[in-house]
Amino acid sequence: MMPELGQMALILALILAAVQAVFPLLGAWRGSSALMRMARPAVAGQFVFMVLAYAVLTHAFMVNDFSVRYVAENSNLTLPWYYRFSAVWGAHAGSLLLWVLILNVWTLAVAVFSRRLPEAFVARVLGIMGLVSVGFLSFSVLTSNPFLRVLPAPANGMDLNPVLQDPGLVMHPPMLYMGYVGFSVAFAFAIAALLGGAFDDVWVRWARPWTNAAFGFLSAGIVLGSWWSYAELGWGGWWFWDPVENASFMPWLVGAALIHAQAVTEKRGGLRAWTLLLSIFAFSLSLLGTFLVRSGLLTSVHAFASDPRRGLYILMLLGLAVGASLLLYALRAPKVAGGKPFALASRETLIVIGNLMLVVASAMVLIGTLYPIIGDALHLGRVSIGPPYFGPLFIAMMAPVVLLLPFGPFARWGHADLREWKRVALIGAVAALVGGTLFAWAASGGMPGWQAWLGGLSSAWVVAGVILYARKRWVSVPAGRRYPAEMAGMLLGHLGVGIFLAGALLTNNLSVERDVRLAPGQTAQVGGYTFRFEGVTDVRGPNWVAHQGTLVVTRGDQQIAVLHPQKREYSGDIVQTEAAVDAGLFRDLYVALGEGLGNHGAWALRLYDKPFVRWVWLGGLFMALGGFVTLLDRRFRVRVTQDAGDSTPAPASPRPVRAQEAGA
Amino acid sequence: MKLYLPLAIFLALVGLFGFGLWWNSAHNPTLVPSPLIGKPAPAWNLPLLYQPAKTLDKADMLGKPYIVNVFASWCFACADEHPVLMAYSHDLGVPLIGYDYKDKATDALAWLQQHGDPYTQVVADESGRTAINFGVYGAPETYLINARGIILWKHIGPLTPGVIRDELAPRLRKLGIQPRIGA
Repeated sequence: MMPELGQMALILALILAAVQAVFPLLGAWRGSSALMRMARPAVAGQFVFMVLAYAVLTHAFMVNDFSVRYVAENSNLTLPWYYRFSAVWGAHAGSLLLWVLILNVWTLAVAVFSRRLPEAFVARVLGIMGLVSVGFLSFSVLTSNPFLRVLPAPANGMDLNPVLQDPGLVMHPPMLYMGYVGFSVAFAFAIAALLGGAFDDVWVRWARPWTNAAFGFLSAGIVLGSWWSYAELGWGGWWFWDPVENASFMPWLVGAALIHAQAVTEKRGGLRAWTLLLSIFAFSLSLLGTFLVRSGLLTSVHAFASDPRRGLYILMLLGLAVGASLLLYALRAPKVAGGKPFALASRETLIVIGNLMLVVASAMVLIGTLYPIIGDALHLGRVSIGPPYFGPLFIAMMAPVVLLLPFGPFARWGHADLREWKRVALIGAVAALVGGTLFAWAASGGMPGWQAWLGGLSSAWVVAGVILYARKRWVSVPAGRRYPAEMAGMLLGHLGVGIFLAGALLTNNLSVERDVRLAPGQTAQVGGYTFRFEGVTDVRGPNWVAHQGTLVVTRGDQQIAVLHPQKREYSGDIVQTEAAVDAGLFRDLYVALGEGLGNHGAWALRLYDKPFVRWVWLGGLFMALGGFVTLLDRRFRVRVTQDAGDSTPAPASPRPVRAQEAGA
Repeated sequence: MKLYLPLAIFLALVGLFGFGLWWNSAHNPTLVPSPLIGKPAPAWNLPLLYQPAKTLDKADMLGKPYIVNVFASWCFACADEHPVLMAYSHDLGVPLIGYDYKDKATDALAWLQQHGDPYTQVVADESGRTAINFGVYGAPETYLINARGIILWKHIGPLTPGVIRDELAPRLRKLGIQPRIGA
């Protein structure tokens, strides 16, 4: 009975989504306040029914209702409750449900926090988000119904893919979806502006906090994904440039470009068309990511059970949504360049360069990801390309961004003071050369390799820029106005870039990996640490049994850690390695258990010393934090009150401080 | 006109995706004929898994048909396929060469010890370099090669009793082999 209720709720949510899409848009077009007022109740209603549908599916997992096919395929009596909870989004149909639920959360938030925006504008925004919801809900109802029954019900389920039974993966998809779907808000704002013929830029100010929030979530989601693959896959790597990772990375790159372009448009009125286009791109790439991951287009060789109907449906969805948006853009985008003029040496120029590099990098990732299909189309054979393509190209494209990043905050809008640039360049270069070299030297414990040296240099260069600017604000601006949230977010995000650079390059250069065969009592040396193998015992978990090794790590006379790598066997003979990690700010010690060798208790083990690997994620978390802090800025609290139907709002309230100019 | 550029690029992408979907459905990826079918197998010379000092090469195998099965200890689908190979390997009537792909010898040996060894011989391609010449996508894959060293048939994905009965056995019969597999 319950699953049928869930099914009903899902269909009702779809109908309400259609209401939310059609009537407010119609109302905004005809100027009918009555129609536009249907938006908020429809949003609330859809949200309620989505929560209901989602709760029903969760309930089915909680009570082990294996008559629901999706539960039978992705759960098991022995699966602990927390993984049953997360198993809801462990496969296609349920993750789609989560996607729509999160879209509903964002839509509800927009409906609640936009009461002061012009009615027609909000009606359009909510209408667009309703359209997106219709697309995905119909996808779910028509091709991927999670409530289908299987009769007779099996006595037990098949279990959740063991790879997904990890705390990192419990949080990773919701975060990632918060980011993906969050870009739908910026998208809806841009489309609403195009529809309303808004040639002013005030919509950008309203869109900015939403975009920054989405960027924060996406950053955090990618960090979690990277951390999970590090902990779970047993290869000790943190990024593999595989299609699924790339699918989340492309919207991130464009999102990073978008939050900067929005700043230019909001404050100077420039880059209007570009900001509109990036808003469309960021969400389109989120849709594209969903398409690539869900259609089985790229992993086709190894996905033995992908459904071609789904691929076609989501391709149509993608084509309609993005095609219509880009057509609208072509028809309506402001054709005259607007905004205040800016000199060659100005903050605008720096942001434009950064934007171009980020977008080109995103295109590079897209081409690399799609290369297997392009290869088919041109009869070159199916070839997939990996790190040798992505790595060097990406570094080449990001090098100018890193080089120019410290100048950004110092450069004034419109016209920068070049003398100040010289000073920054000089101090930054000295700091990078001295501090960066010392840092790399200390980290390497001697003469650093070129990659570690580059890591030290680039990191110190960026961090020096951030510190110099923070100091300048401290000295020249009265207390209380020094670091408004928007600026604090920018500083945190840029600091994150510096930390990431150090982490990525140092860990790539300094990591030591050894494959060893150890019998109990034997030791191996890795990176100055002694790993003593104590042997393997068997342990039992809720739904697995495992061989568990014990290794004592010492350095000199001091015991550093005791590590327990496991090789787990889940039901269905699926074997999953659980690496054991002793995490530290400056180094991780990482052990993965291989195979047992012979009768004397000897095992193959893979031992790693990975300096600075945490900094990779720490940097990402700082970038996420930057996004979240920015949206606290007072300037984003909308104080516009407008008459119904008026699509040209009054100028926003006076800005508290034009921070950048005030300080200079 | 410039404003239409993003739309044009996107439509080209949609075209590419449509093509990709069509390609995947028209060419069931598990049936994609390798470009090498009907052509001589590439020259290969690989160490034996059990005796790494010795090697086996293409010339050793000329003169009678044989089957090459690509597997690896890291490959889940291979573990699914393995019982089928264990059941049928003696009924095929031709040698079954195991091709250990991008794998560590220690891992592969332990894996074969655990799951059983259905192979006549096992060669190890730890770097996966020879596999590129064979056009290997991944594991598991299976090749039928005739007495003159020409690739007759390729199957991507796990062999199932159905595939062996309906696709492999008829081809073996055409070569004059009598596999003990019901038609």
